[in-house]
Amino acid sequence: MVKVTIDGVEIEVEEGTTILNAARQVGGDIVPPAMCYYSKLEGSGGKCRTCLVEVAAGSEKDPRPMPKLVASCSTQVQHGMIVKNASSERVKTGRAGVTEFLLANHPLDCPICDQAGECHLQDLGFEHGKEATRYREERRTFDPIDIGDKIKLHMNRCILCYRCVYTANQITDQRVHGVMHRGSHAEISTYIEKAIDNDFSGNVIDVCPVGALTDKTFRFKSRVWFLKPMDAHRDCPTCSGKAVVWMFGNEIYRVTARKDKYGEIETIDGKTAWICNTCRFETKEVDKWNVEGPRLINRHSVISQNHYTLQNPLNNNTKNIQ
Amino acid sequence: MESLSNRKKEVSNKEMTFLESIYLPAVFSGMSKTLKHAFRKPVTIRYPDEQREFAPVYRGMHVLKRDEQGRENCTACGLCAVACPAEAITMTAAERKKGEEHLYREEKYASSYEINMLRCIFCGLCEEACPKEAVFLTDRIVPTNFERDTFVYGKDKLVEDVDNRVDITKRQNTGKRGNK
Repeated sequence: MVKVTIDGVEIEVEEGTTILNAARQVGGDIVPPAMCYYSKLEGSGGKCRTCLVEVAAGSEKDPRPMPKLVASCSTQVQHGMIVKNASSERVKTGRAGVTEFLLANHPLDCPICDQAGECHLQDLGFEHGKEATRYREERRTFDPIDIGDKIKLHMNRCILCYRCVYTANQITDQRVHGVMHRGSHAEISTYIEKAIDNDFSGNVIDVCPVGALTDKTFRFKSRVWFLKPMDAHRDCPTCSGKAVVWMFGNEIYRVTARKDKYGEIETIDGKTAWICNTCRFETKEVDKWNVEGPRLINRHSVISQNHYTLQNPLNNNTKNIQ
Repeated sequence: MESLSNRKKEVSNKEMTFLESIYLPAVFSGMSKTLKHAFRKPVTIRYPDEQREFAPVYRGMHVLKRDEQGRENCTACGLCAVACPAEAITMTAAERKKGEEHLYREEKYASSYEINMLRCIFCGLCEEACPKEAVFLTDRIVPTNFERDTFVYGKDKLVEDVDNRVDITKRQNTGKRGNK
């Protein structure tokens, strides 16, 4: 066990833990945001730089500060390390800069985008971004590519976090999409417009932090804040069958996996609860699901707007607040 | 007991003086006031022959604006509906098809958009929430009717006519929206 101090909070974590995961063990405001790191996907992280933190003291043996801000998702803690996240001015300006870069080519078409309301880039921009853009050049655009009848790819919105690529690599037996080209020309694509049709391919929608990969069966149907997310399960031969159904009245508009407060798919019974395409795209009849009850939603989230449901203040079960 | 509101007034019951008791000075001062006003410009107007000017930010009937090329601004993002405290707005979105680019500005548009004018409290939050400058409140007054159903205004009544635009420049030049 090693001892680290993050924003003045001392915590003992196992050796080899990254700063981000140590902060997540503490929880609260000191957790750096992450756009590309996904704890359920091996090898993810280190790409978006939103989780940059300041290391004020490297370790007990060598207490010199690290000269540059480090990516907390891929830096392991050392004994006696002192990390500054929310308390550091440098981190604040650095993160604002990263946000500006991520938004430089983003189309900002939130009024059209189906991800609006649960988009991590929206949250990031809201918390760390600037009000106006300094970008004068024309934004990068791509020709639309058809990647199948269930998943819609909007390459213009992509921030190249690689999460979907890792997902396809790690939970399906064949990956047909990946990142093509290099540098500023890089884009997510399939080999020559091949459709993604694996049983678990729909999970790329859930891991996508922005609206680059969205559900075609839900496209333009409603907005997330008009729907009521309900925990539901069904007997599924391919997946765990534990999902969230987004209901409007007595109708299911879409099905997603259960996500925790970091936007990552929850671990249920020791396994990540990925859901299969049958559950996600083809099971939208209420009688095929056992609806357990409303999901806890952070009351500051737009998703809980106008639902007029009283949250039980005595219920401290904040584990699955999205 | 001490008055908590501090608005309690003590009533006095003092005797009137001689001048007060004959009432004439009070009558004359009252009449002089009346006479003064009789020759002043009237504060009332002769409605409906004359009509008062509306305030530039008057909040009356809504309009769904089109852009300079006549395309509808609304993308059915639903922010007006979620901002609406009276839950008066509903809409359904649809995807723009090929060949409809001259009708709708963006990929998504509102295939139906309804405001229930009986529910609406004309607070203007929808206008404030709109990211696309599509919905505005105007100085037009919602006409009266005897049928409740006629107060649900659809796109036929809300979207402005291409040739007969609704002028909202006055409210755009007022307040923070205009200063941007």
